[in-house]
Amino acid sequence: MPDTVLELRRVSKDFATQRAVADVSLEIPRGAFFSLLGPSGCGKTTILRMVAGFETPTAGEVWLNGQRIDALPPYQRNVNTVFQSYALFPHLTVQGNVEFGFRHKKGTDEIRRVLDVLKQVRLEMKASRKPSELSGGERQRVALARAIVLQPDVLLLDEPLSALDPQLRKQVRVELRDLQRRVGVTFLFVTHDQEEALSMSDQIAVMNGGALEQVGTPREIYARPRSRFVADFLGAMNWIDGIGVRPEAVSICQSPTKTGRKAIVTDVTYLGSFCHIAMTLEGGEAILAQVPPGSAIQAGQTVCFTWNPEDEVRC
Amino acid sequence: MKRGLTVYAVFAYAFLHVPLLILAVFSFNSSRFAVWESFSLQWYRAVAQDGNLIESSINSLIIAIVATAVATIIGTLAAYGLWKRGSAWLSGSLYLSLVTPEIVTGASLLALFQWIFRFAHLRLGMHTVILAHVGFSLAYVVVVVLARLRSYDRTLEEAALDLGATEFGAFYRVTLPYLVPAIAAAAMLAFTVSIDDYVITSLVAGVDSQTLPMVIYAMARRGVNPALNAVSTLVVFGLGMLIMLSERLRKPA
Amino acid sequence: MRLRNPFLAPTALLMAITMLAPLAIIVVYSLLTRGAYGGVELPWTIENFTRLWDPVYGIIFLRSFWIAAVATALCLVLGFPLAMFIARSGSRKNLYLSLVILPFWTSFLIRTYAWMFLLRDTGILNSALQALHIIREPLPLLYNDGAVILGLVYGFLPFMVLPLYATLERLDASLLEAAADLGARPWDTLVRVTLPLCAPGIRAGAILVFVPCLGTYLTSDLLGGSKTVLIGNLVQNQFTASRDWPFGAALSLALMAIAMVLLLAARRRGEEML
Repeated sequence: MPDTVLELRRVSKDFATQRAVADVSLEIPRGAFFSLLGPSGCGKTTILRMVAGFETPTAGEVWLNGQRIDALPPYQRNVNTVFQSYALFPHLTVQGNVEFGFRHKKGTDEIRRVLDVLKQVRLEMKASRKPSELSGGERQRVALARAIVLQPDVLLLDEPLSALDPQLRKQVRVELRDLQRRVGVTFLFVTHDQEEALSMSDQIAVMNGGALEQVGTPREIYARPRSRFVADFLGAMNWIDGIGVRPEAVSICQSPTKTGRKAIVTDVTYLGSFCHIAMTLEGGEAILAQVPPGSAIQAGQTVCFTWNPEDEVRC
Repeated sequence: MKRGLTVYAVFAYAFLHVPLLILAVFSFNSSRFAVWESFSLQWYRAVAQDGNLIESSINSLIIAIVATAVATIIGTLAAYGLWKRGSAWLSGSLYLSLVTPEIVTGASLLALFQWIFRFAHLRLGMHTVILAHVGFSLAYVVVVVLARLRSYDRTLEEAALDLGATEFGAFYRVTLPYLVPAIAAAAMLAFTVSIDDYVITSLVAGVDSQTLPMVIYAMARRGVNPALNAVSTLVVFGLGMLIMLSERLRKPA
Repeated sequence: MRLRNPFLAPTALLMAITMLAPLAIIVVYSLLTRGAYGGVELPWTIENFTRLWDPVYGIIFLRSFWIAAVATALCLVLGFPLAMFIARSGSRKNLYLSLVILPFWTSFLIRTYAWMFLLRDTGILNSALQALHIIREPLPLLYNDGAVILGLVYGFLPFMVLPLYATLERLDASLLEAAADLGARPWDTLVRVTLPLCAPGIRAGAILVFVPCLGTYLTSDLLGGSKTVLIGNLVQNQFTASRDWPFGAALSLALMAIAMVLLLAARRRGEEML
């Protein structure tokens, strides 16, 4: 049994108008990069805030390192948060921000830790700058450094990449993953971007409407989704007679076969590294196929397609 | 901390409101001392029969209404003009007007009027008071309207021009409607500032243009006067009603 | 009037008449001599300004400074928790805010008179204390510096609360959460995050209170004793009873100069009103 650092036991949260979190139980292993994935409003941020201490559960318990923490205020919990807006203190320098958690005790040990973590996020040269003088990516790194330096049991990240431009986001994903592996801190990462979750996580918990849909590794979730919602959320999915087939699992037959299905091509979209072929079956259902870029298929053609039974998804 | 703040707030609000409430309560006291005797409207009757009070109240109203109207109109135009294209010296003089102590404003206006009166055969009167009031109200109007303009999207006027409006048309049909809440607030501010002014008015008013604050001040100077309690209550609650009414009118919710 | 802009012209004209011309006259008067029957006459002199250095006036200036400073400090200490309360009151913010603004908008004069009524020898406070047998003789609560400070705080507290509230309201709530997240208790957060970030509001409020308090006339006249002659009273005196316009003019300019210096010292870029 892996060592569980954070545990949610049947946690629920009700607000005046709705039930934001419904009876969620999670076990987060120590040292893991654990993501909460789901559309906006699914309750993932509420769970994060309950772990941090900004919301109290209506029902259920939160356990950290074998101790119950759901009644403790945020400043007494050994968890730290990287906020979506970074929430850097504008009146303090980078160093001032990172030091903040040390309150009054700033001995040689603390100073060394601050410098170490600044080096880790490559901001040691900008220690005396103010947040307003930094770029978005740099501010994100300060927020990260500020939280990590306190060596929390769990680091909470609330959609930290959403404010960055797409180009930067891909680069930061890799850096974050590396940082987590190097430092070894457990990450609880909230996002609505499935590509982010898939590329960074050791485990993903998919949520919808306040409830947990599925927990598993990226491969498990993608290849063996246990519900329609998870299947559709993690990427495009074709549903043919109740069986799910991913577009990349669909292959266009070179020559007509008996086991293939017939469809009429409605649209061909060239996307650089692959082509999307949109087709309609006799019954009118839409099918999407992902094929190599060199495809010669054109709209209006009637084609035959098939798939490998191993790639089927049933839920 | 929230509970502590709430307890504190109760005391703070009490501090702000209780003195006036006490004044109001004792305005109905038949005795002139601070010990409750019995309920009586005698002081209110005395006020209603005081010709001086009534005349000065009417003066105050006339001055306030005229000064407010003038200051609001030209102040709004000025705020718009400053927003379109700043004028350092106009902004500077308006700022100066705001920060100059009242006593200095009043004294310098008196000096100006005395100097003018050497040449023109005029005296201090309602007209000098109104002029003075417009003068010091302008800065308030400009500040309030300009503040609203700061959050206004410039491209709206450009869109109007693009669709064929003249420059003045753009101002009148697009910007002005947006400014109405600020103009109303500015007018309220100018009105209350004018109605309440003592220092400047006392220096530039003539003998026959007494305002309500001047009469109140004279009464207060002579010591506590129970009729003054009645006047105070009337003014405070009257103005209070007026302000609350104007707030309701501004935000129909 | 070089401004051909029709929007600015009327205001420009009025500013010239009611602000600039009077000030020019005041400057001129301050350099003239007091006339026999009031008014001014030649010769030109700087005596009015040299007279300002007389210790008698020095004491008055210092006293005015002291009273204004104490009143401002009290407004800050009393106003900040109130502003915090309003900023955190959620949906009832507007109600609580109007409860502060409402009395302030009614009448400064009457609100000053209210304290006369409360503090005098036969007033409520003394009557109540005597009735409770806490004191036998009435306390001299009125007609002293303390009463003036009280009256000033009462009159100007809303001037302090409003800019403080404005700054507090704009404060990013996530900053306070971040502070708690990093281990700061509520008091720590207040001192290390909230207060520093409220500096603009504190500056604005302090100036809005201090400058009028420095030049106050009504409050010291009604609530102050014979010893409470402040700059404002002094100036008023010169233009009425004493009929020493040149000296009154010099005093006015001195007062304005002090106000200007303070305002310039407190200004920061991006915080201008006009």
